[in-house]
Amino acid sequence: MQSGWTMIGRMALLLALAGPLAAAVSEPVLDIGQGGKCVDDPKFMRLNHMKLMRHQRDETVRQGIRGGKYSLAGCVDCHASKKNHSVLGTDQNFCQGCHVYAAVKIDCFECHSSEPRRALAGEPPK
Amino acid sequence: MSCNHDQQRRQFLSRGAALTAAVSIAPGLMLYDFARARPPGEAANPAVRWGMLIDTTQCESGCDACVSACNKENGLSGRTLPTDSQWIRKLELQQEDTGRKISMPMMCQHCAEPPCVDVCPTGASFKRADGIVLVDKHRCIGCRYCMMACPYKARSFVHEPVTDHSGATPRGQGTVESCTLCVHRVDQGVAPACVEACAREGHQAILFGNLNDPKSAIAQRIRSVASVKLRADLNLDPGISFVGI
Ligand code: SF4
Ligand code: SF4
Repeated sequence: MQSGWTMIGRMALLLALAGPLAAAVSEPVLDIGQGGKCVDDPKFMRLNHMKLMRHQRDETVRQGIRGGKYSLAGCVDCHASKKNHSVLGTDQNFCQGCHVYAAVKIDCFECHSSEPRRALAGEPPK
Repeated sequence: MSCNHDQQRRQFLSRGAALTAAVSIAPGLMLYDFARARPPGEAANPAVRWGMLIDTTQCESGCDACVSACNKENGLSGRTLPTDSQWIRKLELQQEDTGRKISMPMMCQHCAEPPCVDVCPTGASFKRADGIVLVDKHRCIGCRYCMMACPYKARSFVHEPVTDHSGATPRGQGTVESCTLCVHRVDQGVAPACVEACAREGHQAILFGNLNDPKSAIAQRIRSVASVKLRADLNLDPGISFVGI
């Protein structure tokens, strides 16, 4: 057992060393859905959306401040794929694709809808 | 005010409620009155206290329009197993000695002194500035202390993963939930789903509005008819009052 673990350890080390040499994982190709102009600079959003959304979420839930621009529902409205009307489903879908690439688990959609509000309201997708 | 005086007053209030049981809400009376939808960026107003006045004399036995509307609005299954969420229930009660029957909806009473908030170890249960008691599910760990603390059995625990997110309220497994007074609608200046449904059925048993505004229909009505709060002896100061109990 112990030697097995040592071998796995060595392999991990080798892989870690090899990592920077070979660009092993290619960047995700995302289906951005409707897209358009983002509420903020996309680079900034890529790095900071979680902090912005978390901040706004607390203000909305606890103080009742509505209409902020960094809302999860807003992301979904613009970025749900036109194929399955969702930001989840495949590794091309907007939220799932990037989160799989970055290996960060999203639990937003255990409670929130991954479909745009107009789809939930029974209106045809744009 | 002495304790004794308080008790007498309460007895008087319950008797008064029985006497005025036949008084109905005048036709055309506004069911709710909002100043306006709160503009974007503005926080809930601490000068407002949202509440309801439920007139049991107008509530029809067997009608469950309010319950179905709540289920649909908030994406609840409508099943009534002990493991299913129920935010509003219909109660059919009978007075033992007289045999008098009443029918009424029962939900979170949006207490001004909510024990669910007192016991919550994470700060998930909270009372919003305008009196609406909510669960911040981002903070809820599902310990269910609040369910034990609530004397009205108003809260439910979500036992199973939520797959249907078609409701207006985000819901998820492992958290506790209860009537939100349709906070998402109220913030837009729209009455809660149950209130709307009751009126649609032509019953007008639920009056919704700002208890703190002396000119609101609910405040005027509470001034003019006898109403009671459930388990007033607990001093939780519920935001929901009842007529005809
Ligand atoms: S009725 Fe129960 S859940 Fe609602 S505020 Fe009072 S204690 Fe909390
Ligand atoms: S179940 Fe959630 S809301 Fe209720 S007391 Fe526990 S942490 Fe607070």
